[in-house]
Amino acid sequence: MKFGIVVNEGPYTHQASDTAYNFTKAALEKGHEIIRVFFYHDGVNNATRLTVPPQDDRNLQKLWSELAEAHKLDMVVCIAAAQRRGILDENEAKRQGKDADNIAPAFRISGLGQLIDAGIKADRLVTFGD
Amino acid sequence: MSTLHTVNKSPFDGTSLSSALGLALPGDAVLLIEDGVVGARKGSSAAKAIEASLASCKVYVLGPDVAARGMKAEDLVSGVESVDYAGFVDLAANHARTQSWL
Repeated sequence: MKFGIVVNEGPYTHQASDTAYNFTKAALEKGHEIIRVFFYHDGVNNATRLTVPPQDDRNLQKLWSELAEAHKLDMVVCIAAAQRRGILDENEAKRQGKDADNIAPAFRISGLGQLIDAGIKADRLVTFGD
Repeated sequence: MSTLHTVNKSPFDGTSLSSALGLALPGDAVLLIEDGVVGARKGSSAAKAIEASLASCKVYVLGPDVAARGMKAEDLVSGVESVDYAGFVDLAANHARTQSWL
């Protein structure tokens, strides 16, 4: 079955990103297809590679990046939500005249159309947030 | 065409549990996750509403979230079933859609 996942919360608000990660992992282990993980609202905060959590804490950005690389997941960050929160890729940094970018491996910045597309193509769209 | 409803907030921190239970149709399932599992505690003010819903719906809790909050199976309203993340995936697959009460 094709699943689409929406993550509306960053790693340090409540538990939604953890739950979304564990759900996605379990779905892949069961042989389901994850057609897209869409990071929206504060969920875009999962996509910065510059966070440095304590070593004994889980590192959600790293977990998401590794899961995506292992399973070739399409992880999309909402561009408008990302710009507000300072999540930039190389192109966006250049376009906005910023001196650096910070997007983590396996994430890509795109628009809300990708969420609509996931909603159309997925058999199930499951939202995690606050 | 049944619906899986997920509730991730305690009933003492908003009205998402009562919304979910109030709008769940017969044959739907309600899954309590994260702080939402507190709503399934036996003897709590939400327990009666959960017991009433069990007549027409299934009510589940996410086991790892129950354990993370120091609760055990015997602390839960009887009839509430515990699932793991794989069980959560099965519930999402077996219902036509998932409604997250955020």
